Amino acid sequence: MPTLGRALILLALAVALYGIVAALVGARTGRRDLVDSARRAVYALAALTTGAFVLLELAFLRDDFGWEIVASHSSSTTPLFYKFTAVWSSQEGSLLLWVWLLSLWSSLALFLTRRRLRDVVPYATAVLLGFGAFFAALLAFLESPFTVLAAAPSDGVGLNPLLRHPSMMIHPPMLYSGYTLFAVPFAFAVGALARRRVDADWIAATRRFALAAWLLLGTGILLGARWSYAELGWGGYWAWDPVENASLLPWLTGTAFLHSIMLQEKRGMLKVWNASLILATGTLCVLGTFLVRSGILDSIHAFGASTLGVPFVTLIAVIIAGSIALVVSRRDALRSEHRLDSMLSREAVFVANNVVLVGLAFVVFWGTFFPLIAEALTGERKSVGPPWFDRYTVPLALVLTLLSGVGPVIAWRRATWRNARRAFALPVAAGAATAVACAGFGLTEHAGAAIMFALAAFVAATVGQELWRGVGARRAMSGEAVPSALVSLVRRNRRRYGGYTVHLGIAVLFVGIAASSAFQDEREVRLSPGQSASVGAYDVRYVRSTGEISLGDAWIEKIDFGAVLEVRRDGRLVETLRPERGFYPSRDQRLGPLGQFFEGEATSEVGLKAGFWRDVWTAVQPDTQALQPIVERADAGFAKATEGLTAEQRAGVLGLTLNQFVARYREDPPPATFRLIVSPMVAWMWIGALIAISGGLIALWPAPDAARRRATARAAARVAQDLGRA
Amino acid sequence: MLVVWLVGSPLRAGPQAAEDTHAAERQRLEAARDAKYREIRELELDHRTGKLSDEDFRALDRQLRAEAVAILRELDALA
Repeated sequence: MPTLGRALILLALAVALYGIVAALVGARTGRRDLVDSARRAVYALAALTTGAFVLLELAFLRDDFGWEIVASHSSSTTPLFYKFTAVWSSQEGSLLLWVWLLSLWSSLALFLTRRRLRDVVPYATAVLLGFGAFFAALLAFLESPFTVLAAAPSDGVGLNPLLRHPSMMIHPPMLYSGYTLFAVPFAFAVGALARRRVDADWIAATRRFALAAWLLLGTGILLGARWSYAELGWGGYWAWDPVENASLLPWLTGTAFLHSIMLQEKRGMLKVWNASLILATGTLCVLGTFLVRSGILDSIHAFGASTLGVPFVTLIAVIIAGSIALVVSRRDALRSEHRLDSMLSREAVFVANNVVLVGLAFVVFWGTFFPLIAEALTGERKSVGPPWFDRYTVPLALVLTLLSGVGPVIAWRRATWRNARRAFALPVAAGAATAVACAGFGLTEHAGAAIMFALAAFVAATVGQELWRGVGARRAMSGEAVPSALVSLVRRNRRRYGGYTVHLGIAVLFVGIAASSAFQDEREVRLSPGQSASVGAYDVRYVRSTGEISLGDAWIEKIDFGAVLEVRRDGRLVETLRPERGFYPSRDQRLGPLGQFFEGEATSEVGLKAGFWRDVWTAVQPDTQALQPIVERADAGFAKATEGLTAEQRAGVLGLTLNQFVARYREDPPPATFRLIVSPMVAWMWIGALIAISGGLIALWPAPDAARRRATARAAARVAQDLGRA
Repeated sequence: MLVVWLVGSPLRAGPQAAEDTHAAERQRLEAARDAKYREIRELELDHRTGKLSDEDFRALDRQLRAEAVAILRELDALA
């Protein structure tokens, strides 16, 4: 099986290399058979990498510990779902996932464009296969997932306990789908530039791929935030961690791209900007994959240790140099066909929105790479923390929210002050009323949050007003009832109203972030059973400790120590929470049968009461130092008591020792450290994200053919009428 | 073998020239025409939802339709 896997990867590499040559020769000689053959090479790449991926999955599901990757990332006791998803917890598996997803999306894109853009497609095919060949070469020569161990262990190490969370298992395929989907518009942009065919056709052909990339990458980021909130035990959802930032960067530039392409489609404007944005987004996707996988984010010295450092940096350098060369050499063809008619127009708002989004991306990029740059220049490690990011991103986010409200109500081309006044009256009133309410509730000490609430109300009012007026116009035309007029309106203008829904979702999400950041109450306290602490308006009482042994299929998976906490408000019991800390055994047997549990991985299960208005979040950190003398005595006693016993008898004694140890913790625990957080409106963040995702899906869904035909026919009739008159 | 058959099948029919030189231009014009129609529809919706005055709408609509006419003429010329 591993031999077959290696053969499939080598064949995939050969097919990709052949396809690149066939596509480029086909493009230069105008031979369609070669271009078709190159397209089929992409299909073959998809089939071969699918085969390799299935083999790897089977090895994980069958506990084939002779495979190095299975032995080091799974175990016989790993639950089935996590065995299935453990494939991409490894570096090799995640690289295979990347190329597999890339080949699937590439096949879909090239199938859909098989009769379109015939001059651009060969170059796009070569670029997509170039990515495929790069990753296949990494898998074939540097990071093979099909390496076999000389002697298979009886069991594997198991999946990193921190990753045993459903969000974390879906998060990587989402991120990688986003990265690889962005490769499609990237490749077509390269093709369009190579052929100097820089009209909006390549954009129309790949817009849905860019939108799907944006949607899946955003969903991946959201799942990562959710995992951080529920699993990491520090109480937040976003820490400006470099790995998080690496995924946010292409999402920000991709968001800018999705807005600015509308100007190229409608007016032939911003061609240089759009080409540069998608080329930058594609580069950032590769950079994001590299940063997470190389370890370079921890230290620049990890670069030398990583087998991926040199190939990835070479690829990124080639992409950047090639992109710059292409854009500069095509600058004459990329000249805008029109200028801005007015600064009071949707075009102008889109330009401003792009400046802000790219500004945000620059801030995130600088803050992420500053430690590396500082270390490379001075040899000293310096870093910037969340306050630095907040200082720059908060004002930019406020401006972005304002623009996302202005955009929907302002007309394309040219708006008049009179129309603008009429269009903005209600939204401005809603924003002003919210600002006054914020002042009334005394929220002005957190000015940033109060402004965000007012701006979000402004955005919600603009979206509501747009829908209301659209429904009114629809009813005037068709006489439909309000619900069916709303459905018809959205169905016929999915891109417009999907986009507005995304704006609303992002505004709600920003409200959640602003409220939970500015008005959070947080305490870290050390309590013994029976003691209480207050946080915000809540009293939290440590009622009793908990302790239990979690058994896997055949062995002890972990020891859980936790607490039962009663949460009261004004003396009334609100909730009983049960935070826990799970201790997984280290594989180092020298640490002793009990000691190994406190030297291995540990995970938090937070105690959370989530609500629409506020979350009460708790995590416990048992004092393992205080337990150490007991652990050492128990280990010494175990060693003495089990001398000369059989393995089965030793296991029985160990079970007894562990049960006594856990029972003792339950009855007489040392004081534990608790992290207690009351955060308002965290739920709004998740709700806002779901609204934004549904808006993205509305915009992504193809327009009904019948409606498109009718609309086109109607427009054609009108234009034909003019043609007759002209 | 299957891979070679799949990838090589377009080559078995022998070298095929690219389609006529007008095809790419026609595709470009058709895409431009469709984009212009979308723009006209967007403008209508903007007008109906009160973002544009009647006067502005008439001027812009006339301009867009003239641009669409020019594209249709180019398409006719190709045909």
